Amino acid sequence: MDQHRHLDDELSSLRDRVLLLGGEAERALDRAMYALTERDNEAAREVLAHDDEVDRLEVEVDRQCIDIIALRQPAARDLRFVISVAKMAPVLERIADHACNIARAAIDLNNEPELKSTADVQVMAGHASAMLRGALDAFTNSDADLARQIIQRDQEINDIYNHVFHELIEMMVTDPATATRDARLLFVAKHLERIGDYVTDICELTVYMAQATFIKHTK
Amino acid sequence: MIEISKPKLIGSSELTSAPRDSTVKISVRDLNFYYGRVQALHNISLDISQRIVTAFIGPSGCGKSTFLRTLNRMNDVIAGTRVEGGVSIDGQNIYAPGTDVVELRRRVGMVFQKSNPFPKSIFDNVAYGLRINRVTSSRSELNERVEQALKDAALWGEVKDRLKMSALGLSGGQQQRLCIARALAIQPEVILMDEPASALDPIATSKIEELIFDLKRHYTIVIVTHNMQQAARVSDITAFFLLGKLIEVNPTEKMFTAPDEKITEDYITGRFG
Repeated sequence: MDQHRHLDDELSSLRDRVLLLGGEAERALDRAMYALTERDNEAAREVLAHDDEVDRLEVEVDRQCIDIIALRQPAARDLRFVISVAKMAPVLERIADHACNIARAAIDLNNEPELKSTADVQVMAGHASAMLRGALDAFTNSDADLARQIIQRDQEINDIYNHVFHELIEMMVTDPATATRDARLLFVAKHLERIGDYVTDICELTVYMAQATFIKHTK
Repeated sequence: MIEISKPKLIGSSELTSAPRDSTVKISVRDLNFYYGRVQALHNISLDISQRIVTAFIGPSGCGKSTFLRTLNRMNDVIAGTRVEGGVSIDGQNIYAPGTDVVELRRRVGMVFQKSNPFPKSIFDNVAYGLRINRVTSSRSELNERVEQALKDAALWGEVKDRLKMSALGLSGGQQQRLCIARALAIQPEVILMDEPASALDPIATSKIEELIFDLKRHYTIVIVTHNMQQAARVSDITAFFLLGKLIEVNPTEKMFTAPDEKITEDYITGRFG
């Protein structure tokens, strides 16, 4: 019995660690968008400075997963949990990387005159942030239904991205003086669109963990 | 009270990995088994396909070894036992009156937890079954059959220069492979293995497991094991027993990643009880 309690403790510790990583990714995204919308370079630099901590957490999660697989040989729901976490950690780290890229773009844009149209990008960020929060909730509660609902929301981000893309291209054509800034904002939108895809990956892993069902690459 | 649905009979159409032979070799229907007044097995129904490895897992006393021994009527030698229901091999009920039990056990060989070589030479151990069954007609044929059985048991290379030496001088792992060679020599169709590697070190265990993997190309193998990782490594189908009941039978990869029954999952993940 002690052996099993030991495994439960390790799985619980792993869950805490990956949720910590998820919290860091969530915070990085929110702070990077704050830096962009509030033109706050200090906030952007905070995000960049904190990225090492995110990387460290990802490595810790990797190590814990490897140790549990090697030493405990988990099966069934335990195996699905450890595998899902092992695949989720690099996804969360990449979300934080995208947040860093948004923070870098914010620093560049904040040093230039303000662009008029960032509202849609802010809406995208709101969606991405809410999706990420929901995905972490779904993972925490092993809630496959919620995970599936969140996956559906990725289309909303994609639709806004397509709108922003055309809008910014049009602005580049009509006002070439803003083209460099428009391009930077376009990259921000692209990072947010990618974050939506990564959140989808997290939700797919949650569905696998909860229901042993592979929904990746299925419509 | 634990509510458990009746296990499905698994056919190859439900298997998800490499194609397997779907032909049913052993068919068990509504099998009950009693030690005196104590019922040890309850309404077991299960199809075992040929040329695959089927593993039985479950806690001590769950009936998995008892069930294994019903497949070649090894329980007959225990006084006061009684069987109800049917076990068919290739469609023939092995409990039908008039069944030749010696012939049955030639077709359904058995390897036990503790290797049990006879206090004879390596050669004579393997030749034993061939001689008492008068299977071979000449010395050269006997030699060939012994050599082939030792090769099939992955032991020939290690013993070919000392066939006349006592089998008791072999290591534990070699003795177990010798017992497998002895079972193979009389060309069974089914091999029952009751915890064949539980007394062996990891290297000897690995050799037995590799051997099981090779043997399934030609034989139907049923293995009882306490080692769930071993069941995961060697078997194609896994059946979980508890308190004399068959709780679940499924392809091994499903059993170890997403079993149907919560109680199976609790056992597999070590949270049983």
